[in-house]
Amino acid sequence: MDSFLAQYIDPYYLRILVLIGINLILALGLNIITGVTGQLSMGHAGFMSIGAYTSAILSMQFGYPYFLSLLAGALMAALFGFLIGIPTLRLEGDYLAMVTIGFAEIIKVFFLNFEPGGKAVGLSGIPQNTTFVIVWVIVLIVIILNARLLRTRMGRAFYAIRENEIAAESCGINTTRLKVLAFTIGSFLGGLGGGLYAHYMYFIRPQDFAFMKSIELLNMVVLGGMGSIPGTILGTTILTLAPEMLRVVAEYRLLFYGALLVILMIFRPNGLLGDIRIYDIKKRFRKKEVETCRS
Amino acid sequence: MFWEQLLNGLTLGSTYALIALGYTMVYGIIQLINFAHGEIYMFGAFVGLFLVSVAGVNIFIALLGAMAFCMVLGMLVEKVAYRPLRGKSTRLSALISAIGVSIFLSTLMALIRGTNTTRYPEVMQIHTYNLGLIEISSLQLIILLVSAFLMVGLQMMVQRTTIGKAMRACSQDLEASYLMGINVNRVISFTFAIGSALAAAGGVMVGLYYNAVWPYMGMMAGLKAFAAAVLGGIGSIPGAMIGGVTLGVLEIFGVAYLSSSYKDAIAFAVLILVLIIRPQGIMGQKISKKV
Repeated sequence: MDSFLAQYIDPYYLRILVLIGINLILALGLNIITGVTGQLSMGHAGFMSIGAYTSAILSMQFGYPYFLSLLAGALMAALFGFLIGIPTLRLEGDYLAMVTIGFAEIIKVFFLNFEPGGKAVGLSGIPQNTTFVIVWVIVLIVIILNARLLRTRMGRAFYAIRENEIAAESCGINTTRLKVLAFTIGSFLGGLGGGLYAHYMYFIRPQDFAFMKSIELLNMVVLGGMGSIPGTILGTTILTLAPEMLRVVAEYRLLFYGALLVILMIFRPNGLLGDIRIYDIKKRFRKKEVETCRS
Repeated sequence: MFWEQLLNGLTLGSTYALIALGYTMVYGIIQLINFAHGEIYMFGAFVGLFLVSVAGVNIFIALLGAMAFCMVLGMLVEKVAYRPLRGKSTRLSALISAIGVSIFLSTLMALIRGTNTTRYPEVMQIHTYNLGLIEISSLQLIILLVSAFLMVGLQMMVQRTTIGKAMRACSQDLEASYLMGINVNRVISFTFAIGSALAAAGGVMVGLYYNAVWPYMGMMAGLKAFAAAVLGGIGSIPGAMIGGVTLGVLEIFGVAYLSSSYKDAIAFAVLILVLIIRPQGIMGQKISKKV
């Protein structure tokens, strides 16, 4: 299928499309933690690196099949997400942000000293099993499940925690349990994205998952509109394309990227799509339906 | 060995504390993690370098010059990137804007100076004094004295002057302060200026001490200083000082007695442990949530 596509699409564009897909999976995971549940996480790249290294080592050194190692990487990241989610029982706001930053930095330093992961040199020779079709099939599954999840009782509870934690708690929502759950789901997707990334890039090293990567992912979620799936898709697409588009300005690329973030935030402070959800878009086409509680 | 490491730790810690003060003051007033603060520190180090090597001035004048430059830079950043967002956006949008400024400033410096490390020129003779238990170099002495002087000065300003009173009022309740006739915008601008000046002083002294400056030095220093501010209890000025010094000392001891390859992880590991035991930081006050 990929070789079929390669006949019609330039490999360079195909590559960008794959990267958009991988970033989407990562950003949708972060969206559940930060966008939907409102828990500021600035260490998503840490979960990504856990997924990437776990799956890469499993498939290279233990000969695990591709999908099994992807799943194992995602589960490993979810386990760490669960463990890191436990401090959220007591921490909030920017204290939590700091813990997530610290966690990602510790993970990075760990991999820098991790013998089986090739230390600072990184791992190379990971089988390149990730293809365009696999990535986008997974993206579609993730989007559909994500949209479904957010419309369930649990999804609404996530939004309630973001809007007002005390009110949510007094409505009988077990906020701590749900916050840990949000962290676990988000980091599962982070690990999945990391595994896909490792098996696409063929080569990974700890610096690929540094603080800037976490920030890049956070930008994608906030830029599009917090907690909105269409917003996250738009934000991810724009911010993955931006560095490619800005290649014309060569070394001034990051200068423009930084300025772009500031300008976008000044003119669209609540993100490009604000809080629009897939449900809202569908509703627009079905005007007859009785206006009920907005969910 | 122990006392020497302690001294090294105090020196490093006092520079962390200087940077952390800027984070904590800005956070105390507008609840923004000013991610561009590390870059202001980096600019301070470079302006100091420029003044020493190109203009050829005395190191103390260079220090003052860097502080003055960064004061203006800090106020400019606030005016361009944060003020338009204030009041009409979530705190996260302001955070993204801060990240944008941070990327912009570090890239700007990389374009001006290249990404390589630049060495500070020999600006003064370094003497070593023997104090019985330890040997202290004149450079360490200067760093400790200047930091102590700046911190005491800041504390005096915040506690004794009218503008300090206005800053404290704003950190308690921005809206109420506005209603009481305080020019809130000016106070915020002033806070950025002071915080940036302290970071610049830290930058020049770190440049001197480690004899190296590079455009991306602000990132890790900023993260660690933010960690120090959170460790001390974010929003609290004495907390930032204590947090900075604690972090510096622990980091140096960690490198000396454990392993240098885990240097960057030590500060964060300590932070996470402290926060799990004491979620509001060392000096922070527990704020009960109101409905």
